[in-house]
Amino acid sequence: MSSSSNIVAMKKIVQQLRLEAGVNRVKVSQAAADLQQFCLQHAQHDPLLTGMSSSNNPFRPQKVCSFL
Amino acid sequence: MGEMEQLRKEADNLKDQITAARKAMQDTTLQEAAASINVVGRVQLKTRKTLRGHLAKIYAMHWSTDSKLCVSASQDGKLIVWDSITTNKVNAIPLKSSWVMTCAYAPSGNLVACGGLDNMCSIYNLKGKDGNVKVMRELAAHTGYLSCCRFLSDSEIITSSGDCTCVLWDIETGTQKTIFAGHQGDCMSLAVSPDFKFFISGACDFTAKLWDIREGTCRQTFGGHENLSRINYILDLCKLYDLRADQELITYQDSSIMCGVTSLAPSLSGRLLLAGYDDFNVNIWDTLKAERVGVLAGHDNRVSCIGVSSDGMACCTGSWDSFLKIWN
Repeated sequence: MSSSSNIVAMKKIVQQLRLEAGVNRVKVSQAAADLQQFCLQHAQHDPLLTGMSSSNNPFRPQKVCSFL
Repeated sequence: MGEMEQLRKEADNLKDQITAARKAMQDTTLQEAAASINVVGRVQLKTRKTLRGHLAKIYAMHWSTDSKLCVSASQDGKLIVWDSITTNKVNAIPLKSSWVMTCAYAPSGNLVACGGLDNMCSIYNLKGKDGNVKVMRELAAHTGYLSCCRFLSDSEIITSSGDCTCVLWDIETGTQKTIFAGHQGDCMSLAVSPDFKFFISGACDFTAKLWDIREGTCRQTFGGHENLSRINYILDLCKLYDLRADQELITYQDSSIMCGVTSLAPSLSGRLLLAGYDDFNVNIWDTLKAERVGVLAGHDNRVSCIGVSSDGMACCTGSWDSFLKIWN
């Protein structure tokens, strides 16, 4: 690999780093609060979290046959 | 100072700037912020269905958006579309190359895709007129293995490759629309944002990158700006990164877990994180508290892939034991 292509590649890396350095950041307290709020807001509609009754479960276990 | 040396110095300065800017946002930790909420109660999911039919290791699975059908890929050289409720095989598609590493279901339900060591992404039409499933397109241009693929629509798909790039393809013409270059190691996986505007790629250069699909640019990089020596101590951990704070928020680890994570899926609310491991189990984590709240044990080999259906009703795991299991 020639030294000039190394420099071109390095310039791209520097350009990308400049872009990423300029990102607008939010405080962790804000990010954490928003995350919590999202989770808690949607908790009731999360079947794996709340569980479900057999009748609401499309994958419900087969009913056991009983001989009368 | 030579130009190269100058550029290297500038790069190092920018990396330090990024580290400092991230540190400046650390007015608390997720741990502290979530201190007042309780850990979720123990989550006990049961195997509701076992999908049997593959004859070799399963490497990938993907749910259809209808939350009923799913597709799996195995190195037995088959793609199988399953009805997860009846456990019937809707389609069993023989592949040209058995070295498959990934599969995907289009949001429309019309197409599935797969690829692997053949360096190609093959698109199959499930709704062909005569009822036979045929290869619709072979997307070839990657110079390395296909590690992951995800449809944006029936006309666009994004792939990640061992050639260190990700590509946005026009399925109709079979051409590359955009090449996402920047990773310094094999790209191993990708995930598309719900609004289809962004995707995140994970690579062997220890970083994850956030890409703007239309602009073709990398917006943020996670994990790579740290000191390389720290990375030597990190053994396949699970970490949560926040895009807006531009940093890691928490690590999901437990001293009793000594093996690597292979796959991840959040539950619908995001409160649970289901992760597949090399030790044949799935660990369920409380995302906010970083505590383990459940285990799914049942596979006889590594859990290679995991997915939660769109309606959040079930989790599907695929394993090297050749079976898929549906849990809820």
